[in-house]
Amino acid sequence: MMDWFEIALLILLITTAVGVSRVKNLISAVLVLACYSFLMAAVWAQLGAVDVAFVEAVVGAGLATVLFLLTLFRARAQDTQIRRTRTPLVALLGLPLLGLLLLYAAVDLPPYPDGRDGQDLGKASTRVSAEYLQKSYQKTKTPNVVTAVLMDYRAFDTLIETGVIFTAGVACALLLRGHAK
Amino acid sequence: MIEAHDSLIVRSAGKLLIPLIQLFALYVLFFGQYGPGGGFAGGVILGTSFLLAVLVLGPQTPPCRLAHQLEHGDGVGLMIFVGVGGLCLIGGGEFLNYSNLQLPGLDDAARRSLGIVLTQIGVAADIAVTALSIVFSLGRQSIQEASSHE
Repeated sequence: MMDWFEIALLILLITTAVGVSRVKNLISAVLVLACYSFLMAAVWAQLGAVDVAFVEAVVGAGLATVLFLLTLFRARAQDTQIRRTRTPLVALLGLPLLGLLLLYAAVDLPPYPDGRDGQDLGKASTRVSAEYLQKSYQKTKTPNVVTAVLMDYRAFDTLIETGVIFTAGVACALLLRGHAK
Repeated sequence: MIEAHDSLIVRSAGKLLIPLIQLFALYVLFFGQYGPGGGFAGGVILGTSFLLAVLVLGPQTPPCRLAHQLEHGDGVGLMIFVGVGGLCLIGGGEFLNYSNLQLPGLDDAARRSLGIVLTQIGVAADIAVTALSIVFSLGRQSIQEASSHE
């Protein structure tokens, strides 16, 4: 399962994640975070979640970076520098220990089901997933099941999400434009 | 911060690329039913194409003025989405049950497909306008300064 490409991706992911928390300048941190998002998109694509990969590449690596950079350009140059204090010993010892505990617990997770060979798909997914996969094309004439679920079966979720984005836009306009007058 | 870019190469490349990016955004939006993409990704790409126009060509050019006009359309996307849901209600069914869109000559599956297309357009419009609106709010002062100098 784990070929060299996935291993290289994961190593790069960890490197960029550590890099974000180690660099001294906020603008560099934003750019490294964009790299992280792009690698994450590659991971999603590798896992077969192409729609998620698309949105991660467009929003995480593209739009979020632009918004972060625009915010930083409004700040003074000396404010984008980070003065890091020394990491306390408790965190240095405790966090790796927590990571080891999580890895230990991860062994007990059920295997990643792909539905082949009559594998058990787990309780939550047996009720509706099979129906979506088998019948969504006949019922909605939409070959991409993700779109059919997102825009039809779960249209309420998408509607509220759209409302959230609208609210975010209005809140930004109210906060920032009132100040500019 | 926000004014026409100094380099001729950047401006020429921008003029060439911006229509292509917008075309690609529409492709992503309408291809979302057949492959990866859809309203969210298409809307963001459409919004960022206008941002690129503002950053590269400057605030006094037609694409940027169009972007400023679009900014007033905040909420249109959400209205399209809710409107499609309301039409389903009028058609005699549940909110957002697209098979109740009363259109002659279409079976249930085609109606639901049409409903998905319409709501995706709504999502894309909402996201493109919101992206533009947030960026213009952030760069408000510099845009105003740039246009008052000219």
